[in-house]
Amino acid sequence: MCGIAGLIHRGNTSNVGFELQGMLQALKHRGEDSTGYALYGKTDGQNFIMRFKVGENVAEGSSSVKEDVSVYDERKKIVDSYLSELGAKVIKEDRILPYSLRYEIQYEKDLMEFSQKIESVEGVEILSMGKSLEVIKDLGNAEVVCNRYNLDKVVGTHAIGHARMATESGVDIKSAHPFWGYPFSDVSVVHNGQLTNYWNNRRVLENKGMRFMSECDSELIAVYLAEKMRNGATLEEGMKESLVGLDGVFTYFVATKDSLGMAKDTMAAKPLVLYESDDLVAMGSEEIAIRSILPQEIETYDPFDGEVKVWQI
Amino acid sequence: MANLKTSEKKSKAQSMGLHTEVLTGKTQQKFFNPDEAENFYYFGTYDVDFNKRTEIDVKNMDCREANKKIDELMKDGYGTIVIKNPQGKHSLGVGILNKLNLIFEGSLGYFGCGSMDGPIVRINGRVGWSCAENMMAGKVVIEKNAGSCFGAAIRGGDLICKGSVGARTGIDQKGGTIIIGGDAGAFTGFMMQRGRIIILGDVGINLGDSMYDGTIFVGGKIGSFGSDAVEAELTDSDQDWLKRKLKVAEIGENFDVSKMTKVVAGKKLWNYDALEPTEKKGAI
Repeated sequence: MCGIAGLIHRGNTSNVGFELQGMLQALKHRGEDSTGYALYGKTDGQNFIMRFKVGENVAEGSSSVKEDVSVYDERKKIVDSYLSELGAKVIKEDRILPYSLRYEIQYEKDLMEFSQKIESVEGVEILSMGKSLEVIKDLGNAEVVCNRYNLDKVVGTHAIGHARMATESGVDIKSAHPFWGYPFSDVSVVHNGQLTNYWNNRRVLENKGMRFMSECDSELIAVYLAEKMRNGATLEEGMKESLVGLDGVFTYFVATKDSLGMAKDTMAAKPLVLYESDDLVAMGSEEIAIRSILPQEIETYDPFDGEVKVWQI
Repeated sequence: MANLKTSEKKSKAQSMGLHTEVLTGKTQQKFFNPDEAENFYYFGTYDVDFNKRTEIDVKNMDCREANKKIDELMKDGYGTIVIKNPQGKHSLGVGILNKLNLIFEGSLGYFGCGSMDGPIVRINGRVGWSCAENMMAGKVVIEKNAGSCFGAAIRGGDLICKGSVGARTGIDQKGGTIIIGGDAGAFTGFMMQRGRIIILGDVGINLGDSMYDGTIFVGGKIGSFGSDAVEAELTDSDQDWLKRKLKVAEIGENFDVSKMTKVVAGKKLWNYDALEPTEKKGAI
């Protein structure tokens, strides 16, 4: 059934890594196959941060094939050479896990061309590309993933996350949320629900040159919105169009560099509880997610069917 | 089939003495005897004293521990129980089958107060999805908002939300009354079969979709009518009942009920036919 959570601090920063970890851990009963974080950190905004993987985490229940670490090393080498060819300068390099890397990059050209080149390496996927966004996703519950990647000290303005129970596709990182809004920097999406016109939309979008990395229906939302924005729509306009263009039951969150949005399908079949104040918006599939950061008595409500809301930092 | 009476091979359970009777024919059936007091005993209920009051803080309890604690307190005769710090936990206050004053100082998560029969519950916060699902009797008052599927399949009692509620309120409702002080979402009264829903505010799309029976009263705007939901005449007796009900519910006492819209089932979807499909074929 999956659980989603998100928060945005308006006018200030906070320890969003720790806060989102608490919210997602409160939702772990909705799915522990994988957990993902999209954190919008406090950066100088000069360089891109690229989170990417060169392989899959193969654990119990995983649908991926185990590969030798030497394969990851080889792929990393090719990525490094491609970066050099593209004219991207690597400022800082962190190899957090054998299959998971974080690069700080100076790059000023087209992101689509950049992504296509990097992802042409077999087994390599860019999880996120942005000047404040970092997508971290892996198998296990929120606490496990948070500890594995040391996320509890990340300071930022906003974040969205996902606790996944795999139903439509495999238990692996590529099918885990959040999805990056390729090829737009700093756009990420998490989703709870099922999309019933996935393949129709996917075929149309692929014909328009958009890229899909998984067979997870939720990825469609990120690609759908990215395509709308590519054609000049604002995030909110794209989200409103998605209520008609996407069929099925869904509640999803989208985040950009300076905003956080939510959309709920016209059947209102998927849950969402929302808390809104002047300096903080917090939302999740269940109230207990919000209570993990706001234990005091608060005013919350369920947005209605077909509702779209966007908040700025 | 093996003869159970003569079979020499005993199961482990039988050899341990857990079975002392031989199960044959209708010997398991119990027939109702009005003279036997046990027939009037409602399993899982307690005699409580409303004047006996206590408080429990469930901040560090999970829902199972909290519900067990409530059960123990009722067993000890407490008739008024105040629950502090529910903090949006799921499934609190479920399966209470006797009279009780239950007060939640805070908000509940999903499935709060489900399958209950008799208590009077006041929730000073909000409730998540499926509050009071399958309620048989009693009264639940929520001071703030409620999530979707509010009062799903209730059979009786009064369910009152002073704020707004989500989608599918009163889905599969089979009796009782649901009263909403604010707005209600899409598919309110979806497939309801009996009972009444009162909404003082606006209501979303597909109101009363596929309802079999029952009545919905709306004070505000209606997004759209669902399949087979139709407007009906608001009678004087309807208005008298609405005024009385809103007064008892401590909600909208001065509301102008004469302007409310009454919605009932058009009963055009009813397709009960005296003929079975095979018979129909023959008739054609």
